[in-house]
Amino acid sequence: MTADGTLLLKDVTIRLGDKTLIDGLSLAVPPGKIVTVMGPSGSGKSTLLSWVCGSAIPAFAIDGGLKLDGLDISHLPLEARRVGILFQDDLLFPHLSVAGNLAFGIPRGVSPGERAKRVAEALAEAEMPGFEDRDPATLSGGQRARIALMRTLLAEPKALLLDEPFSRLDAALRDRIRRFTFDHAMERGLPTLLVTHDPDDAAAAGGPIIEIDIAPC
Amino acid sequence: MLRWFPALTLVLFLGPVAAGLVGTWAPAFGFLPSLGGHGLTLEPWRQLFAQPGLGTSLALTLGTGFAATLISLGIVLGFLASCHGMRPVVVVRKLLAPLLAVPHVAVAVGFAFLASPSGWAARLVSPWATGWDRPPDIASVPDPIGIALVCGLVLKETPFLLLITLGALGQTTADRTLAVARSLGYGPATAWLKTVLPLIWPQIRLPVFAVLAFSLSVVDMALILAPGTPPPLAPRILRWFNDPELSNQFLAAAGASLQFLLVAGSIALLYGGERLVAMLGRRWIAAGGRGHSGRIARRAGMMAMLLMFATGLAGILGMAIWSLARRWRWPDALPSAWTTENWSRQADALIWPGWTTVTVAVAAALIAIALVLGCLENEQRNGVAPGSRVLWLIYAPLLAPQIGFLFGVQVLFVSAGLDGEWAALVWGHLLFVLPYVFLALADPWRRLDERYSRGARALGASPNRVFWRIKLPMLLRPVLFALAVGFAVSVGEYLPTVFTGGGRFATLTTEAVSLASGGDRRVIGVYGFLQALLPWAGFMLAIGLPAWFYRDRRGMKVFAT
Repeated sequence: MTADGTLLLKDVTIRLGDKTLIDGLSLAVPPGKIVTVMGPSGSGKSTLLSWVCGSAIPAFAIDGGLKLDGLDISHLPLEARRVGILFQDDLLFPHLSVAGNLAFGIPRGVSPGERAKRVAEALAEAEMPGFEDRDPATLSGGQRARIALMRTLLAEPKALLLDEPFSRLDAALRDRIRRFTFDHAMERGLPTLLVTHDPDDAAAAGGPIIEIDIAPC
Repeated sequence: MLRWFPALTLVLFLGPVAAGLVGTWAPAFGFLPSLGGHGLTLEPWRQLFAQPGLGTSLALTLGTGFAATLISLGIVLGFLASCHGMRPVVVVRKLLAPLLAVPHVAVAVGFAFLASPSGWAARLVSPWATGWDRPPDIASVPDPIGIALVCGLVLKETPFLLLITLGALGQTTADRTLAVARSLGYGPATAWLKTVLPLIWPQIRLPVFAVLAFSLSVVDMALILAPGTPPPLAPRILRWFNDPELSNQFLAAAGASLQFLLVAGSIALLYGGERLVAMLGRRWIAAGGRGHSGRIARRAGMMAMLLMFATGLAGILGMAIWSLARRWRWPDALPSAWTTENWSRQADALIWPGWTTVTVAVAAALIAIALVLGCLENEQRNGVAPGSRVLWLIYAPLLAPQIGFLFGVQVLFVSAGLDGEWAALVWGHLLFVLPYVFLALADPWRRLDERYSRGARALGASPNRVFWRIKLPMLLRPVLFALAVGFAVSVGEYLPTVFTGGGRFATLTTEAVSLASGGDRRVIGVYGFLQALLPWAGFMLAIGLPAWFYRDRRGMKVFAT
């Protein structure tokens, strides 16, 4: 496999005790495409995502190959994988301002002037210009979701993981934020892996859908 | 480097405890080369059991220890069972911190000021109600059977157990459990005792054991509130240790070892009692009695808690008033002339003990918080699951009687040439500061949503950066609160100062204890009130600083616990 930006999972097996949750899953997510993994809770889909982004998952035994842009990232620590993740909750850091949250994502070594510029650009893109000094707790749900996405994108990830990121939003907002997120991911050519149990998410993603069932006991 | 923190912590704080126990037990059997003891002999024990009135001392110790523990536990459980989810709990929760922060010695002095024959309580009702036109000639503080000591201990231990129990309740589904039980027809207090108490007991039993251990071996409060002829065992042992006749060190060591056995036996007894109560309790639960509306229980629970709080706070207020009194004649309810001279005249004498108190407390609290943060961070980064055994280790210095191992610690420090050094004093305090700091910080630290760190690392931040930029700032409030807890614990320590300070350091606590036995109430009031004031100042800072710092961050209010 060459360095073409693809996120590649090969023969991934997830076991919990003597129970096999996911058995030999292989998939390729090309740049700018969204692959959706669907399944009921307890099926191991969130564990799969945690494994891809690199957080420690005690209790689970996980095997398999993981490549991003032609590079084996399975042994890299979380912060070195360049895989952005969005959770159900926006998880904006409550002690930082909106600008502080966004700037936290910008790689180190970028000059202060340039950081401020990138923050301002991101805010403009989120249709929230001038929001730098705001307290994240005073934002609306939609605004928070957009800031969370912008923060992730400012870290210049090479892939994006979405862990049911729209399930906490109310129905009216859900469509807009989903569109906003998907558009940005595709525009930047990010391979995106979406985990959800909402069929609307999968339909909107427009990519391949992988269903995993709950393992028989 | 992080991986070394748990080991370092255990060595720093369990090492001296273990060495201290050995260093106390060896002289109890005649081995203490520096004082010419080389043999193995039972002589110290023979000497110990030949002490006049030893039986009375033991009876006093056991009686006051168990009474204080059971009464404190009874007040807490009775109050919470009958008032769960109601306004009184909210009010009491707010009043808890000021009483919890006050050092033992200050509580004891305050209670003595209140309950002695010429104390505030008698003044308030004399002579119109009692007919006393002079202080009555009754021994109330200290009284011959230790009631005053039990009262003092209850004033200090009830808030502690209440805090622990409220914390345990917060981690369970108590509200829903209670709702289910009540919908099945159980009265509120009965429902609480039958369904909620079994849920939270595992989390409060170790603290209850610690309260028992403490009550059985308390020295500072006993010196102020307990009878002196003979005193309970622990203060008596201190007297032997302080005896200029050096051969009495062996006797004292035997006494300290006996104290250890006494505490161990008592904890075993309480453990057995717990089993018995559990067995009977299961039968009581299975019998299906629904109980009553709980109105009487509610009144009793509220009254007991109210009385406890009023007494504790009145004691502190009494010290403050005495410290500002110029003339306060019997039986006036308040001084007839006020002055700030008591404070200004003591200023010079206060500076050094005050300085030592503050610097040692700050140092011990800072070292403790660094060790605890290191351990908690190691636990999360390296995925070490904390076992319940670890909790026993952390409680070890609180379960073992202080006087049972501090002599050995002193012997250890003397042989290491550390005795009487400032660092030794800090170390001695650290042994007791560390467990409380750990208990105060562990839950909030572990409760922080782990996805914040995961998210931050996915944004490219290293674990160290996540620690300094995300976790520490987000948990600023509990971290400062734990620091304030450590500070308050250190300010109140008496025995560790006496033993590891080598007699070279006076703190506000040691000064207050030595003044309390005689002297001028106006001067004692100054020391006692200042001693209470320092921890309060610490808690005010710990609560005020983050509130000011994050005044524009509404989301941080969630973390304000």
